[in-house]
Amino acid sequence: MEAPSNDNNLLVQVEKLSRRYGDTLAVNQVSFKLKKGEVLGFLGPNGAGKSTSMQMITGNLAPTTGQITINGFDMIDQPIQAKSCIGYLPENPPVYRELTVDEYLTYCARLHRVPSSQLLTALDDAKQHCGLEQVGKRLIGNLSKGFQQRVGIAQAIIHQPPLVILDEPTVGLDPIQVREIRKLIQSLGQDRSVILSTHILPEVQATCDRVQIIRRGELIYHASIDELNQRGQGNNLTVAFNSPPELKELESISGVSFINKIDSHRFHIQFDQQSFAEKLVQQAVTNNWGLFELIPQNSSLEEIFVELTTSEDSPQETDSATLEVSAA
Amino acid sequence: MILTIARREITSMFISPLAWVILTVIQAILGRMFLAQIENFFMLQPQLIELENAPGVTDIIVAPIFSLAAIILLMIMPLLTMRTLAEEKKNKTINLLFSAPISITQLVLGKYLGLLFFVLILSSMLMLMPLSLLPGTSLDIGKLFSIYLGMILLLGSFAAIGLYLSSLTDSQTIAAVSTFGALLMLWIIEWNTDQTLFHYLSLLAHHQPLLEGVFSSVDISYFLLIIFLFCGLTIRQLDGDRLQH
Repeated sequence: MEAPSNDNNLLVQVEKLSRRYGDTLAVNQVSFKLKKGEVLGFLGPNGAGKSTSMQMITGNLAPTTGQITINGFDMIDQPIQAKSCIGYLPENPPVYRELTVDEYLTYCARLHRVPSSQLLTALDDAKQHCGLEQVGKRLIGNLSKGFQQRVGIAQAIIHQPPLVILDEPTVGLDPIQVREIRKLIQSLGQDRSVILSTHILPEVQATCDRVQIIRRGELIYHASIDELNQRGQGNNLTVAFNSPPELKELESISGVSFINKIDSHRFHIQFDQQSFAEKLVQQAVTNNWGLFELIPQNSSLEEIFVELTTSEDSPQETDSATLEVSAA
Repeated sequence: MILTIARREITSMFISPLAWVILTVIQAILGRMFLAQIENFFMLQPQLIELENAPGVTDIIVAPIFSLAAIILLMIMPLLTMRTLAEEKKNKTINLLFSAPISITQLVLGKYLGLLFFVLILSSMLMLMPLSLLPGTSLDIGKLFSIYLGMILLLGSFAAIGLYLSSLTDSQTIAAVSTFGALLMLWIIEWNTDQTLFHYLSLLAHHQPLLEGVFSSVDISYFLLIIFLFCGLTIRQLDGDRLQH
């Protein structure tokens, strides 16, 4: 199944990737593709198999079965070529505490075969990108966690790889640092592909083009971030009336699928017609119900995530995206 | 690429006080021993003159020192080799090397070369002591060379064994203790036995002829085999690490 990049835009192709640890199946038949310039969020609860997948894609771990192709190079047959296309920040930034930032980054650049003539420029670029200009001469061991994380990211981009893989880059950082790192990821996404693994949802919303949710080693959801946001958008309303009608009267409005009385004035309504809100308001005016509150409720990304990752029945999602994933 | 890793290995050795302390301690102990041997030589001198075919300065002063050095370094080399891979595993910095576009062979050879460089420095520094006698007396240069080579080969074998045992664990202590145990075993294995196999396996039994200036290809091959074997095993081990965790 050699596909010698007939699709020039394809950077990563993962096919039926599985990994077993003894009896546990950590990753099960994961397949996906990534185009150049895309930022992909790899989302899942802790222990879902995110890190294992990342380790396999970067060649740190051999898959039990499956195939990984990076930029046309097979990770198992041509590991050196494939690895040279990747910058990887593992869960724990792989920094030597006894080196200074400059020494460390120079070493990383050499490991990634940056030619000596470009070493200084590469070093300056990476430091500038990650906001490390001031700490170049300091020992990594004496830097704060946030700065160590940035050194880790600088290490991943110093050789200008087309693909950057970040495994939970914002864990353990304070909110300001988190925001800075996210900004950094966004700027990375402008000229290269990024795979970002995380269990933090706003991070995905803030930075990614596409989302992929993994649960117990299986990909259960796969969509663009817009689709995901749309999915959360309301067919839920909370309404409040000064002189509330009978429940039956509300139920008789066409399009209602479920009503829940919250208190004497408020109702929670679920509906399945686009024009429902309009109709409801008309009814309220003609019948003088005294409508004073109407709040559309977007189920947040978080709810979708929880719903997807905790539902007991196996991936029965019939999203076109999911189908595409399993058919890939 | 191999050199990049070797360089990094040497830097990290000399960035920490460990390498300096090891060099100092060994130099101090053997320096004292050197002076004692010189005294010894002066005391023996009258008797030596009467002997036919008497042992020279090189035999009486230099060989015992390097014989002792071998034993001391058998205890000290594990401290140096223990961190090479165990520390990288513990701190997860090994991921950096695994994700870099280098092969495991390059990685292991780089690490080994770093250790070998230290061995070279150490042996050369020890060699300076007998060489300081040159202005005052005549030395058997051929024998000195054989002793020097023997030291490098012996320590190179210690390093290869240590490197392998360091690849098996992420605990530096375990790496050091098991290396020490293995080296000691390879020394005492020849004690009080007539089994030729055991004599064949013994590290120091192959070192002894080189101390006496006997340059035998069997001994040289033995050391080279040990070095290749354990570097090869290390490569296998690290490759295997990616398969099963």
